[in-house]
Order: sequence, then structure tokens, then C-alpha cells
Amino acid sequence: MKVVVCVKQIPDPADPGEIDPSTKTLKRDVKLILDESDSYGVEMALQLVDGDGEVVLVSMAPNNEVLAMGADSAILVSDEALAGSDALGTAKVLAAAIKRAEPDLVLAATESSDGYTGTVPEQVAELLGMPSVTFAKEVAVADGTVAVKRQTEAGYDDVTCPLPCLVSVTAGVVEPRYPSFKGIMAAKSKPVDEVGIADLGIDAGAVGWAGGGQEIVAIEPAPAREAGEIVEDEGDAYERIVSFLEELKVI
Amino acid sequence: MGTIWVHAEASDGKVASITLELLAKARELGDAEAVYAGADADAIAAELGEHGATKVHATGDLDGGLVGPALAGALAAAIAGGAAPSAILFGTTQDGRDTAGRLSVKLDAPVITNVVDLTDDGGLVGTEPVFGGTTNVKTKFTADTPGIFLVRPKSFTAESAGGGVAAVEALSVPDLGATGAAKVQSRFVEESDGPKLDEAAVVVSGGRGLGEADKFEMVEALAKQLGGAAGASRAIVDAGWVPYSMQVGQTGKVVKPDVYIAAGISGATQHMVGMKGSKTIIAINKDPEAPIFSIADLGIVGDVHKVMPALLEALANR
Ligand SMILES: Cc1cc2nc3c(=O)[nH]c(=O)nc-3n(C[C@H](O)[C@H](O)[C@H](O)COP(=O)(O)OP(=O)(O)OC[C@H]3O[C@@H](n4cnc5c(N)ncnc54)[C@H](O)[C@@H]3O)c2cc1C
Ligand SMILES: Nc1ncnc2c1ncn2[C@@H]1O[C@H](COP(=O)(O)O)[C@@H](O)[C@H]1O
Repeated sequence: MKVVVCVKQIPDPADPGEIDPSTKTLKRDVKLILDESDSYGVEMALQLVDGDGEVVLVSMAPNNEVLAMGADSAILVSDEALAGSDALGTAKVLAAAIKRAEPDLVLAATESSDGYTGTVPEQVAELLGMPSVTFAKEVAVADGTVAVKRQTEAGYDDVTCPLPCLVSVTAGVVEPRYPSFKGIMAAKSKPVDEVGIADLGIDAGAVGWAGGGQEIVAIEPAPAREAGEIVEDEGDAYERIVSFLEELKVI
Repeated sequence: MGTIWVHAEASDGKVASITLELLAKARELGDAEAVYAGADADAIAAELGEHGATKVHATGDLDGGLVGPALAGALAAAIAGGAAPSAILFGTTQDGRDTAGRLSVKLDAPVITNVVDLTDDGGLVGTEPVFGGTTNVKTKFTADTPGIFLVRPKSFTAESAGGGVAAVEALSVPDLGATGAAKVQSRFVEESDGPKLDEAAVVVSGGRGLGEADKFEMVEALAKQLGGAAGASRAIVDAGWVPYSMQVGQTGKVVKPDVYIAAGISGATQHMVGMKGSKTIIAINKDPEAPIFSIADLGIVGDVHKVMPALLEALANR
């Protein structure tokens, strides 16, 4: 089985950067790290393949740390024309790159930590003409079919789908492994297929700033909520909660 | 503003709160119509109508198929056939996201996501909070395809418009090919008693500061005492202490109770976007620097293992 995992590099959440007022998008000159959300997909892929198959990463930034976790190879799309791509533009690029790998299964996270549009995986599936199961909290593959426990508002649904298929996984589904020293050394010699958008047959007008189809009309500070009363507990702070709840007429 | 389609969601013949919220906004902006993927449109037509939808375009039974590909296919076909809504509103839910994502590809149009407000400014403008809600970005569409918006729950207030039953009209689903291959085999509903998390007047949530899974009992006991619902941070959902249906935040439920009590929760931005619309917030955390205190009306700097049992006892003795 061949599994492709979408992995996104994001600005370090500890230092998220700021919006560039001239381009009205996030400044990208900050340090990039692997989005934790995607580490679950990578771990899931490694477990599903379990040595009998192939795990290919698809990314728009170098991903040595993920190759070191155990993936076999990577497709890296880099192109200046990609700057400013929205979710649909990103999905077009990812879909074209994924097609090169001819996977049985495509994994992504339900949402990225910085973009959190949560639409990219489903857009990729539609572009590939594939079925999909989003919000997976458990995934198993047998006899060319994937069985997923799909999170719902009230619980979960048991969903089955024939391969090839795209599955988006929620956080916490598996415990992502740390790269071993051997893995880190091995990562250096793993094949990385570097492609530009022309190689993928994508027109520069369809992605990046040009392909947007939406426009930011204003950026404003949001009304902030004020901090209130702070009480240090000396053993009797519960009394203040009780009196507060009384004031609020909750009790 | 013309016609605005609202993605209707329902379970057991009852329309979801998010749908009623979207209808309240849609009918203020234009003519509201519902679009629905499911068999029981007749059962919900009255409630949709009461909330301002004049029509409900319904696909009928999906035979176990998922909503996303079926509804996106049906809406795209309707639009290709001449239907011209000015905007299509989806709630930020599993099926809402799936449908919006697929539809965006079919129409080759972007989706504006994480919307918390919509205004008419010669075209619909969406407001989206960024940087943990400290900044609002306002976005509109530049193409003339129908604008696809994904709106966060609790952004608008559901309100009856006193309308009559919505007219049910058939929305035909084209052949989905491979994209329709995923099938729901069975559904599992996590049982919970007491009020629903996103409807309760009081919500008590616990986080990693509780230390261990068993201590979540204190949170449940307090919620019960106050006639409310219990919630959780993602940290303890991921750790398997409580089910996902209890998660409050960006990827969980959005709650706006009269009183929100956070016990042992740090107040990460992704948690706060799910609860900072609460009328009053009480936080218990042993770290005086915890970000949750910056939005709490009453902040108790203390140990949950001391404060909560004392509070429970005091309430029980009243
Ligand atoms: C894309 C994305 C989406 C996310 N979505 C969500 C979401 O929907 N909901 C959500 O909650 N999170 C979400 N998160 C996770 C979020 O960033 C935080 O990791 C999470 O909210 C932390 O949970 P916590 O506050 O329970 O744990 P921690 O951050 O570990 O905080 C525990 C707190 O307990 C306090 N504490 C410890 N011991 C005690 C004690 N004895 N008494 C009192 N206080 C004590 C500590 O001081 C600390 O402040 C998301 C993250 C990402 C990247
Ligand atoms: N630029 C990207 N590179 C690789 N994967 C991505 C990218 N953008 C989104 N994805 C995948 O799609 C998921 C959802 O992203 P989003 O729709 O931005 O919330 C991410 O968690 C990734 O798995």
C-alpha cells in the first residue's frame, strides 16, 4: 500500500509573526516548524503501512524532521508563484503533486494550526475525484477498504470506503514517534522529488496572489474582554465563588 | 441581496441550532432558503419555515452516502442549471466543511472560513478573527460566483420569524462516480444526561490541571449542582479522559452560557475562541500568569484539588 501524507510547515506558534500591511497576508519570514496536527497523519501512515508499503510526504517546504520519523520519500513543491495561495490554490497544488505518487490512501489533518480553514483536504479529494472521510479518530485498512470512526457532533459514525480514498485525521488519534538517531541519519539520503508548478501542469494565474478570488477589505483590532477580580486562594476562595454565583442568581 | 442558501442540518427531526442561527442572519440580509441533504425534509420544513426559510431544497435519502459530495454535487448542478443564490452559508461543522470544500472546487471559487459576522457592503463581507481573536479580518469575494461562507456556531442568535411551513422542493443529486463511494455503516451517539453542552446556561469545563482522568468527576459534579453541562479542553480529550463531544474550542463546540467555569485550563487561544462569548467567566488555576485570567470576571489563583471539593461541599450544604 502506498500512503501519501500532506504535511504543512507553519510559523512557530510560539512566535506567530504578524500580518504584512502591504500584502495583507501573514509575513512568512518567521521560523517554520512541522504543524503538530500533521504529525498524527504521519504516525498513522507509518502504522498502517507497517513496513509493507510506502509512505510519501507531500509538502511545500523541506521536511527532514518528518522523513526522519520514517517516511520513505517526499515530493516537495516550491515555486515563487505559490506565495499568497489560499486554501483552494493550495489544494490545487497538493492534488497535482499527490497525483504523481498514485497513492492508495491520502492522509491529511482535519485542520492546520495556522490556516485552520479545514477545507484543504476535502478540496484535494474533489480535485482528485476521490471519495473521502473527514474527522477520522480511528483508521483501519483491510482488503482494499478503509474503515473509519468518523467524529460527529454527538459521537461517531462507522464509515467504510474503497481505496483510493482521502482520510483527514483529528489530533490525538495516535502518539507520534520521535525520530531516532538512525532515522535522522537515514533521512539525509532519502529521495526528495523537487517540483515547480510548471512541472505539475499548473498555471501561475491559478495560484498565489493571482488566483485568490477573495479580497481583504479591512483589518481591525477586535474588542477585547477585560480581566476582572483576582482572588488568591487562602483556603476560603470557594466562598467568593459561592457569593459570585449568588450575585449572578445561578444559585 | 437576493437569495441566500443556508445549509440545513438536523437530527431526529430537529433542526440544528447552527442552522437556525444562520437563517436568522440570512433573512436579515436577503431571501433565505434552506438546502438539505437527507430523507426527512418534510419533518423539518415547519421549523425551517418558522425561522424564515421560504423553501427547502432537499436531496432525499442518501442511502448511507456522506453529505459532502452529494450536497456539493446537487448544489453545483442546480447552479449550473440556472439557480443563482448570491451566497451559500454553511456552519463550521463536519458536513458543512465537507460540502463547502467540494463545492468550492466545483465552482472554482474560494471559501471564506471561520466567519463570525456577515455584513452587506455592496456584496457580502465576512469577519474572521485571527491571532487568537485579537484582530478581525474582513473579507469579500471578487469573483461573481455565489459566495461560499463557513460560519462559526453561536455567531448569530436564533430567532423565530413566525413564518409558515417551508415549501419542500426536490434537489437532484447527479451521479457522483467514485466521490460518492464512502458509506456510513452505523451511527454511535455518546449518551449524556442533563442539558446539552452548547445549550446549557452554565458550563463547567476541566483541563489538564485536574491531573488525572478520575478527577473529572469534580467537574461533572459541579455542573450537575448548577444544572449545567460539563465541558473539557482538548488536552484531556486527546488524552482520552473524556469524549470529543465534550471539547470546547476552535475544533470543538462553541459555547456561550451565562456562566462558564474553567478548572485547570490554561486558556490557549484555541480554547478561548470557543468560550469567550460567555456572559460571565470564572477561572480556577494555580498559575497567576495563566492566560485564562485575562478574560475571567472572577479568577481564583489556587489548586483545583482544594477549591473544587470545598466549593462542592459548600453548595451541597446549602
Ligand atoms: C489546530 C488546533 C486546534 C485546537 N483546538 C482546541 C480546542 O478546540 N479546544 C481546546 O481546548 N484546545 C484546542 N487546542 C489545544 C490548545 O492549544 C491547548 O493545547 C489546550 O487547550 C490546552 O489544554 P489545557 O488548558 O487543559 O492544558 P494546559 O495548557 O496544559 O493547561 C493546564 C493548566 O492547568 C493549570 N494547573 C495545573 N495543575 C493545577 C492545579 N492543581 N490546580 C489548578 N490549576 C492547575 C496549569 O497552571 C495550566 O494553566 C487546539 C490546538 C491546535 C493546534
Ligand atoms: N501548504 C500545505 N502543505 C501541505 N499540506 C497542507 C497545506 N495546507 C493544508 N495542508 C493539509 O490540509 C490540512 C488542513 O489544512 P487547512 O485546510 O489549511 O486547515 C493540513 O493539516 C494539512 O494536512
